[in-house]
Amino acid sequence: MEIEGQVRIPSGCAIAAVISKEGRRMPGSIVSEAMRPMHERSNGLGGGFAGYGIYPAYREFYAMHMFFDCRDTRKSCEAFLKERFELVQSELIPTRKMPSITGEPIIWRYFLSPFPSLLRSLQLDEKEFVARTVMKINAEIKGAFVFSSGKNMGVFKAVGYPEDVGEFYRLEDYAGYAWSAHGRYPTNTPGWWGGAHPFTLLDWSVVHNGEISSYDANRRYMEMFGYQCTLQTDTEVITYIMDYLLRVQGLSLAEAASVVAAPFWSTIESKTEHREKHIYLRSMFPSLLITGPFSIVLGFTGGLMALNDRLKLRSMVVGEKDDRVFIASEEAAIRMMEPEAEHIWAPAGGEPVIVRVKEGAY
Amino acid sequence: METINIQGLGYHEINERLRKTAACRLTGCCGERFLGAGMDAGELTIEGVPGNALGAYLNGGNITVYGNAQDAAGDTMNAGEIIVHGSIGDAAGYAMRGGHILVKGDAGYRAGIHMKAYKDKVPVMIIGGRAGSFLGEYQAGGIIIVLALNGGRPVGNFPCTGMHGGKLLLRGCWEDISFPAQVTAQPAEREELEEVRGQLEAFCVAFGYDLSEVLNSPFTSVTPDNGNPYRQMYVMN
Repeated sequence: MEIEGQVRIPSGCAIAAVISKEGRRMPGSIVSEAMRPMHERSNGLGGGFAGYGIYPAYREFYAMHMFFDCRDTRKSCEAFLKERFELVQSELIPTRKMPSITGEPIIWRYFLSPFPSLLRSLQLDEKEFVARTVMKINAEIKGAFVFSSGKNMGVFKAVGYPEDVGEFYRLEDYAGYAWSAHGRYPTNTPGWWGGAHPFTLLDWSVVHNGEISSYDANRRYMEMFGYQCTLQTDTEVITYIMDYLLRVQGLSLAEAASVVAAPFWSTIESKTEHREKHIYLRSMFPSLLITGPFSIVLGFTGGLMALNDRLKLRSMVVGEKDDRVFIASEEAAIRMMEPEAEHIWAPAGGEPVIVRVKEGAY
Repeated sequence: METINIQGLGYHEINERLRKTAACRLTGCCGERFLGAGMDAGELTIEGVPGNALGAYLNGGNITVYGNAQDAAGDTMNAGEIIVHGSIGDAAGYAMRGGHILVKGDAGYRAGIHMKAYKDKVPVMIIGGRAGSFLGEYQAGGIIIVLALNGGRPVGNFPCTGMHGGKLLLRGCWEDISFPAQVTAQPAEREELEEVRGQLEAFCVAFGYDLSEVLNSPFTSVTPDNGNPYRQMYVMN
């Protein structure tokens, strides 16, 4: 077997996403099918999806999607969870046996809610408590990984091509107002189940095409605030950065985009609007500048944000049709979702595209 | 002209069939890569959205796209013509060293990156709309023309970074666009426009514009400043 260095393994990765601004729910197969024309951007070592609005019957509960290496790990992890949460549902995530998807771990989901008495005694808000629990499980319980932990949303990921992963997880059975998708072509890190995208924490999910050269600087900075990177892939830290900037620091989406894809100082100098704000954000969070190529879609309750690195070293296009907005690495993927898509445009590097579902519709 | 609906076909099979025909129309395109790659002659018409690396290594003939083209169209092309009746993605004409690319709409980032020229081979790319940032990055030869016919600034940030050969022509007076110190931007002379008159005429014929109207404007010409070349980009050696 030849490895990178002996032979050049070209990198690609593909992302796609769709959202209905009216909150109309669409089957997950829509983004799964969109990945087909971008097949060559992946190499079968990772595919995954995030769906929002897919668990309306359990909307008050955290949906925890987990990989376990064996039954014993599941049992011990479940005991750990039961000390902290009320578990209202515990079940296998339904999958379809497919020859192209092999070596699957135990894929489980819990709908749960933290004990209020515990939150009071720890003096933590609910989200902080759940985030810390996810960190603890991923870092300390061997063979157990939380890969989704938000409310009324869920992530489905595997080692395989994305269109196969979509079939594997029966995405046509879920309906969501927003979906994101990823096809992986790992170049620097292993292709394993936990390393597939999206990467999540609470209801944040990130799909990413690219590689971040600032990974270690970003990771070390985030460790100061209790975030532990355990999944062996650079994208993980982007998710934690977003959680920190948006939830903990309370920045707006546009401000967070300006931190991770900060304009060059020369560009800031020439700005007439919000100049002081950009200077402040670059000065305040220099360790959270993400360098290297990326196009990402950040999913959250009620919306999506698409963002390119400031040099725009990866492709990304956006299109619209009626109340739906489409985002993808290639226009062809948008045309798969909606042949009549309009206003196809490529956002500039560092220019966030923020789409929200109208209030009350999600 | 033969028509092939390419839905369900792989790019390998499509290109095999293209090589056997002198004129061909492809319908139902949705992201198929490498269409017309290495083509030497003939006419290829594409309906839909062709995939990345359209006409890569093109060595002759014409490719016409009725729609938008994705990234890296005309990568390393040597001769021939690519006409896009929509917009074009990032890195169009990457390292091209001959032939023409005519785009009715906008171009993404890094159009004409590493464009070069060799003896009688002088590539020309004309963008009817606007171009993204890093236009003509490391340009070593050839001519890039941005017309911005629908208004607005013709280029994004950092145009001509690393440019050391060739020429960029922008329709209009653009004194407020900042260029690297190693290039010179000045009003284009009449002779400079005469040099590219033939290509501009082809552009106008392809997309239904009036050449005299297109030329009825000052142009800005950007070329490397021979008195201030890139002496040291990285290290002393």
